[in-house]
Amino acid sequence: MFFQKDIETMKREDLEALQLKKLRKMVDYCYNNIPFYHERLGAAGITSGDKIKTLSDIQYIPVTTKDDIRDNYPFGMLAVPMKKIVRIHASSGTTGKPTVGCYTKADLELWSDIVARVAVAAGAREDDIFQIAFGYGLFTGALGLHYGLEKIGCTVIPASTGNTVKQMMMFRDFGVTGLVATPSYALYLGECVRDAGYPMDAYKLRLGLFGSEGCTPEMREQIEKTLHLKATDNYGLTELTGPGVSGECELRCGLHFAEDHFLPEIVDKDTLEPLPAGSTGELVVTTLDREGMPVLRYRTKDITRLNYEPCACGRTHVRMEKPMGRTDDMLIIKGVNVFPSQIESALVGMEGIGPHYQLVVRRKNFMDNLEVKVELVSADMLESYGILEGLRRDVHDKLKSVLGLETKVTLVEPKSLERFQGKAKRVLDLRNQPEQ
Amino acid sequence: MQIQQISVFVENKPGRLADITETLAAEKVNIRAVSVADTSDFGILRLIVDKPQEAVRTLRQAGHTVSLTNVLAVCMEDTPGSFARIMRVLADHGVAVEYMYAFNCRAGGRASVILKVSDVENSVAFLQKAQIEILEPETVYDM
Repeated sequence: MFFQKDIETMKREDLEALQLKKLRKMVDYCYNNIPFYHERLGAAGITSGDKIKTLSDIQYIPVTTKDDIRDNYPFGMLAVPMKKIVRIHASSGTTGKPTVGCYTKADLELWSDIVARVAVAAGAREDDIFQIAFGYGLFTGALGLHYGLEKIGCTVIPASTGNTVKQMMMFRDFGVTGLVATPSYALYLGECVRDAGYPMDAYKLRLGLFGSEGCTPEMREQIEKTLHLKATDNYGLTELTGPGVSGECELRCGLHFAEDHFLPEIVDKDTLEPLPAGSTGELVVTTLDREGMPVLRYRTKDITRLNYEPCACGRTHVRMEKPMGRTDDMLIIKGVNVFPSQIESALVGMEGIGPHYQLVVRRKNFMDNLEVKVELVSADMLESYGILEGLRRDVHDKLKSVLGLETKVTLVEPKSLERFQGKAKRVLDLRNQPEQ
Repeated sequence: MQIQQISVFVENKPGRLADITETLAAEKVNIRAVSVADTSDFGILRLIVDKPQEAVRTLRQAGHTVSLTNVLAVCMEDTPGSFARIMRVLADHGVAVEYMYAFNCRAGGRASVILKVSDVENSVAFLQKAQIEILEPETVYDM
């Protein structure tokens, strides 16, 4: 099933011709309407879209960073007068001051289209009843999914986050078939559903649309097991619009990019050189249709890979691999790059421990050390200290083989680690704190 | 002859033992014997109580990781060599003592020990044959 079949299955050459046409127009639009881009593009000698002869010429356009957007806080990046703006969102500010997103009517229309595409691709249908357990507010996730799902004709329950007892009651009483949440909140809801003790046939859940943070295959499996649904990932950034930029189809072999609206590239995160197709690097995205707040070559800081092979589902739009992690989230411990997602893959599904974890980084005697806290859930292991020590050694050894790094593994009591309703914050970096 | 012992996982931080024992107190559970050993950051609290089932239920409800294990309670004269004799009987039968802890026996002049052994089933017979007194669960719970 497709939401916009003609566009989603367009031949690559036609798609690229469309992208080139739109890119040239977008360069003109930014140069003429946004002082910031007038200056940047002018300095790079790109004073008109005509200078862009082929799609690969995009590499000559300077990149835009989160700092550029922050420096122009709040409305410096607008291409239209304020009266044309009908909605303002802001990023969740996981990494500092929030960045603002402004939308015209046309932007909102386009946004709900791309969300509808992602949702239909994932398997959502008109008769689905979706509970949106994202926090409603400035965050793009909730309203983004909300309007996209309504556009398909689904029933939408704006549940927001919190009050898990009520969340579960709505699951049952309203016959909810679809869940929208962050993977960490879905995991938590799964635990609650299990503990509530109702038989699983009290629930009709079948599809999960998860986003706003990464989800490892192991964590996904865990969510599917407890909530009895099929989980799919979608991706987006406030700086680009919000959710809907890319998302998985039912085959779940990469996230299809809405390539007619967004032009993705992969570059080396240090040199910003374009990398050959299929390489892993930082994702850089240009909005091709955004009216209110367009961005050229936005550095997402997400590390991923693009696959241009057409998908068996019939979609031709490029597939993005699940991002390994944001360069912002990457920890450098004793010179080793560590993504929390690697630790998550190693931990989820291990016998005896729960899927929640916390990473604590400290510096002692000028040396970094990483403590990994995991919850002991299996009572069978209380027979002897030897068994518990063995579990701790197993976790340690598994992390050692995945990360190539010594860690201190601490077993903590069940449900003692924080549960998250929005984006999970699992890393506690105390390296710049005074030593204890 | 087997006594139900409760094991609770405890993080090594101030207040945890107080929390757990208060949970039991609220349920009017009386503790007969207790043992906890320390490692660097966690411990296993072992308890013999008058109402093991209630204790497990209330601790689980409070979110603790809890298990039940069968152990033996033996009683002996409070004289030199009494305990050594018990250990010898088990040793001669190749039974390993995994851990143990002494507790207060209200019968005057006698001493009691909780034993977790590798082979609970057969140890009962070995000890009885050697005329060593094993306490009945009811005796311990109602002590």
